[in-house]
Amino acid sequence: MSKTREILLSPIFTNNPIALQILGVCSALAVTSSLNVTIVMCIALTVVTAFSNFFIALIRNQVPSSIRIIVQMIIIASLVIVVDQVLKAYAYEVSKQLSVFVGLIITNCIVMGRAEAFAMQNPPIPSFFDGIGNGLGYSVVLLFVATVRELTGSGSLFGFEILPLVTNGGWYYSNGLMLLPPSAFFVIGGFIWLLRNSKIDQVEPVEYKLASHTK
Amino acid sequence: MIEDYLSLFVKAVFVENMALAFFLGMCTFLAISKKVKTAIGLGVAVIAVLTITVPVNNLIYTYLLADGALAWAGMPDVNLSFLGLISYIGVIAAIVQIMEMLLDKYMPALYNALGVFLPLITVNCAIMGAALFMVERDYNFGESVVYGMGAGVGWALAIATLAGIREKLKYSDVPAGLRGLGITFVTVGLMSLGFMSFSGIQL
Repeated sequence: MSKTREILLSPIFTNNPIALQILGVCSALAVTSSLNVTIVMCIALTVVTAFSNFFIALIRNQVPSSIRIIVQMIIIASLVIVVDQVLKAYAYEVSKQLSVFVGLIITNCIVMGRAEAFAMQNPPIPSFFDGIGNGLGYSVVLLFVATVRELTGSGSLFGFEILPLVTNGGWYYSNGLMLLPPSAFFVIGGFIWLLRNSKIDQVEPVEYKLASHTK
Repeated sequence: MIEDYLSLFVKAVFVENMALAFFLGMCTFLAISKKVKTAIGLGVAVIAVLTITVPVNNLIYTYLLADGALAWAGMPDVNLSFLGLISYIGVIAAIVQIMEMLLDKYMPALYNALGVFLPLITVNCAIMGAALFMVERDYNFGESVVYGMGAGVGWALAIATLAGIREKLKYSDVPAGLRGLGITFVTVGLMSLGFMSFSGIQL
């Protein structure tokens, strides 16, 4: 049981896919300007990663290694099509806002990376949990970024007003920069900084040591 | 005519830069931008793949997948557009594979220089993203050639620039937690802020 727990929880902080493995950054940036959209994206990605891991692990012993990438691609693409159609049917507004980014889950490196690194060597059930864990690790970063951006950018969370804006007679001047795409980079950079301050072992080694100042 | 294509090209390179305005292909963008030389090699490969895959996907979409596209085969009521995602990725994977074989046979020097990056391009979101944008915006064949090339050039430009900055950055004294990945994110953020100044340009 503790092994399942470790598989599920370690990707969240100790081995976070975005902050440490640099996987799946693309969509992390573009869909984080409001929490509603972000949550849908997180759920979609977690579902796809979990199930693709599960199915790939099921057939891992039957697939010749020379064509494994194509097989993985087909499984992932079919799952993404299902998710895309479901979103179009039940959450059309959000699906419009996500535009191409649902389709881009196919090329999201987290899905592919986990399939290759974990599901090909492990039985289906642990792979399924690994998929959920990595989906959660991705979600943590995305939700953090989206919360910061929506709160400081438009003074609200999930569209509800938290900080009353000056334009509505409140006191908070909204920070327009946080709604622009580049701010996502700064927030993720900050997240990595925070994370690495508490987990010192993730700090990257110095490439060039500075000489001490001479007088 | 030419003007339209030119403005579409400039728009794809600067205003709608794949990497810095839409954040596509970020994984490779951040992971393989430590040296200018490899970054340029990868950039060239991306330009080549995009210039081929976007038009090919355009043809596939117009003649096979779009609503009523199968009219030429006597099936005007068929709408296969839900198969879009799986066919685009199939086309991309196939073309990357073919390119790899051709390069290996006819241009071994370039093939060796690109090495492992070529197969990795299959999972580069910029390629897939360009195909999806092409469908979303209803480009015709000519436009899709220009758009594919422009998107590739824009991405290559961005990765080469970032690699240049990172080569200098490694000599600087960065706070421990921010070293490496963290400072790279901040740098890309600043670059993307710079590229936003293009967004006011009307073409």
